[in-house]
Amino acid sequence: MLAQEMTAEVVASSGWFLDHAWVIPIIPAVAFVLIIFFGKKMPMKGSELGVFSMLASLVFAGGAAWQWIQRVNSVVDVAHDAVKEGAYHAAPYVEPVIREWTWWQSGGFHFGIGQHIDGLALTLLVVVAFISSLVQIYSLEYLRGDRRYTHFFAALTLFSAGMLCMVLAPNMVQLILGWEIMGLCSFMLIGHWWEEEANSRAALKAFFTVRVGDVGLLIGTGILFFSANSWTQENLGVSGFNISGLSAWAMSGEASSSALTWGAVALFIACIGKSGQFPLHTWLPDAMAGPTPVSSLLHSSTMVVAGVFLVARVYPVFWEGMKIGDTNINFIVLIGGITIVIAALLAFVQNDIKKVLAYSTVSQLGYMMMGLGAGAWLPAVFHIFTHAFFKACLFLSAGSVSHSGSHHSFDMKKDMGGLAKKMPITATTWIISTLALAGVFPLAGFFSKDEIIDNVGYGGYNAFMIVGLSGAFLTAAYMTRATYLTFFGKARGAAAGEHHDEHDAHADVHDLHDAHAALDAHDSHDAHGADHGPHESPKLITVPLMILAALALVAGLANATPFGSNWERFKKYVEPSAEYVVIESHMATGPGEAIIVPQQNTTAEGGEGKYDKGCAVVAPEAGMACYFPTVKHAPFKWSKAALSLIIVAVGLISSWMFCVQYYTRRNKRLVGLTERSKVLRGGYAFLWNKYYLDALYEKVIVRSIAHPIAAAAAWVNQNILDGIVNGVGKVSRRVAGWVYRNIDQRVVDGAVNGSGAAARGTGGALRPVQSGKVNQYGALLFAAAAIGALILVIINT
Amino acid sequence: MLTTQFLLLGAVLFCIGVYGVLARKNAVMVLMSIELILNSVNINLLAFSVRHGSVDGNTFALYIIAIAAAEVGVGLAMVLLIYRNRRTIALDDLSEMKG
Repeated sequence: MLAQEMTAEVVASSGWFLDHAWVIPIIPAVAFVLIIFFGKKMPMKGSELGVFSMLASLVFAGGAAWQWIQRVNSVVDVAHDAVKEGAYHAAPYVEPVIREWTWWQSGGFHFGIGQHIDGLALTLLVVVAFISSLVQIYSLEYLRGDRRYTHFFAALTLFSAGMLCMVLAPNMVQLILGWEIMGLCSFMLIGHWWEEEANSRAALKAFFTVRVGDVGLLIGTGILFFSANSWTQENLGVSGFNISGLSAWAMSGEASSSALTWGAVALFIACIGKSGQFPLHTWLPDAMAGPTPVSSLLHSSTMVVAGVFLVARVYPVFWEGMKIGDTNINFIVLIGGITIVIAALLAFVQNDIKKVLAYSTVSQLGYMMMGLGAGAWLPAVFHIFTHAFFKACLFLSAGSVSHSGSHHSFDMKKDMGGLAKKMPITATTWIISTLALAGVFPLAGFFSKDEIIDNVGYGGYNAFMIVGLSGAFLTAAYMTRATYLTFFGKARGAAAGEHHDEHDAHADVHDLHDAHAALDAHDSHDAHGADHGPHESPKLITVPLMILAALALVAGLANATPFGSNWERFKKYVEPSAEYVVIESHMATGPGEAIIVPQQNTTAEGGEGKYDKGCAVVAPEAGMACYFPTVKHAPFKWSKAALSLIIVAVGLISSWMFCVQYYTRRNKRLVGLTERSKVLRGGYAFLWNKYYLDALYEKVIVRSIAHPIAAAAAWVNQNILDGIVNGVGKVSRRVAGWVYRNIDQRVVDGAVNGSGAAARGTGGALRPVQSGKVNQYGALLFAAAAIGALILVIINT
Repeated sequence: MLTTQFLLLGAVLFCIGVYGVLARKNAVMVLMSIELILNSVNINLLAFSVRHGSVDGNTFALYIIAIAAAEVGVGLAMVLLIYRNRRTIALDDLSEMKG
């Protein structure tokens, strides 16, 4: 058969939106400038610019996604024809639409800027633009009357622009640019209400903690650039910053394995910081100090998924550097697994509804990382997609509750309860999203989370499959607890119509936030000013909620593995194929040019032992390049899905029974600590115990690092301990307090505080030099010059 | 040799200048000392220029003369302002820059 030598030429379709996808981040960036300069003079104080720019981005992203689907189809169809004519399987590499211009150059290095559009980028582009649009519309109502309304929208718009810029990046330099824009904007937005010291402190903490990780990003990029540059220049004619160049280099088998490993580790440290992975997750719960729309945007589609995106983007580097292909535990899967459990357990002991969601996000990000670390690339990316909808919906629902139900309080124990009757829409959207998050069958979370767990097990990481399943149980349980406390049971505090003292004097002044009663003078015609009891939120809030809840219902069908391969649209359109590509064909030909469909590969799906020709296992032949490793896909089995569904159901039901028993008793002032569900207790004891062993190892390291922040730790300890009393028995309460105190506070904050203290110490030591005496300065100058001259003489002789 | 004598003169001038900068309290005297240093450098440059038969040193010396003029202009202006504000130009009294 001639098929193996046969190459078919394909004209991949393209289109205006695909070629001009670089416009997508430009629109909000321009809108940001306009809002800053003209926002205050606009009739809606600049918010219309923000909303409009995000909607425009959404249109552009949607158009590009549509054209990408056509492009994939055009290539796949030709490949299928080739198969009919006698070729083997051809799942061709659909060339991404890459355009790059020189941004600046220095010493012979060109730093490009442009676009790298493929399925992954487009998924994120659409999600980011979509969630940002809804969040901005929601903010129109939620922040009405805020004193920095215009600046809020400016920062929110720039924030989205940063994420879009990063997602588009064709090279690491632009990726870093977008990454840093987001870091700056998260600081501005978390500290939006900076008058309260805790808020500005949280903003600083978020910024610095992420910064610790960012060092890894710079180092990793540097390592990869200097190792890969000559290979990529020689073979692909692109610099070592180029993402597809890096991918091909990593897969080529000619890359130095130590460079790959250290580059991947350094990059992953950046992801730990950005994506709130253990041990740098501490900033995420504190980031709740920002306005709720910010939390929603930050936790669903931007900022925290940036780290996950980075791993997915340069996946071959991680695949080779971390040896994901074999089943030994690697750095990524380990961090992901730890994060799932640690964060989920911490979610049980929070009283602040947003902090429950924050830890939930951390835990879900752990799922994504674990999936990526175990080779489940597609499920992890799909989980980014589905998670964005239901997590945004949960945060916005929480915001709706505080806006109209609990008088701007987020405390579930004090100011909520029984709100389901008062706020039916918010309660419905919340419950749908909760079920989606827990992974109940037809909802979004089932299709993504279950796939991750399934594929992690299929990839050979059995221990982590169990971690994933325990995580699913915990997720179901803590979300049930939060749901019960917020929407069911007896109404308490503000939810029962009581008011905080400081509001009594100004009965018709409705503030946005407890601490801003004095700062935010509201319009007297404020829509909900007259009614003080809990009530449903206005349409600007409920409509985005309903849209998101609808997507939480159906988004999973975008890649519904259980229903057969016709439903696996993500697999077809998002996952890059692992086929070899002839290198010459990947020169910067621009969109619409011919690419060559390689035919020599027979990658079969699902079967055992058929991967020996994949890119991941065999180094490509000379003149060929791989852009993606061959990843396995677990065949779907209802038996496995049933197991996780049962686990989720047990989590939901047992937690519900527990809540009914426990919290109703608590309301009757009967603090019966020993009376609680035995099922839960047994499950917890096991989990906490495992957790304890992991933590014990850390203790050795921890002790020697940081002591001076014991006071702060003790304060947190008190909060944690109080919380745990409500959830679990005395044994587990000590353990959790210990972990929070030692790991969160000492290691992580210790490192952050330590660097601050070091800087201050250096400054203090150098202070006496600045005497202010001119003659002394002169003496120092001449002394330095003399020493320099001496060195020169010594060197030259 | 001629060059050596020039270099010696330059070194002597430089040392006098450094002494002036370090020891003098009067701001004007310090400025003058700085001029001495700059001119000692000029002499060095010219001496080497003659020795190597190159015009580079001359060019540099011209630059230095121009810069020195500007520097003295700025320096004297500062001294004048300090005198107006404080009625003294003793450097010992000027320690506001203490960190």
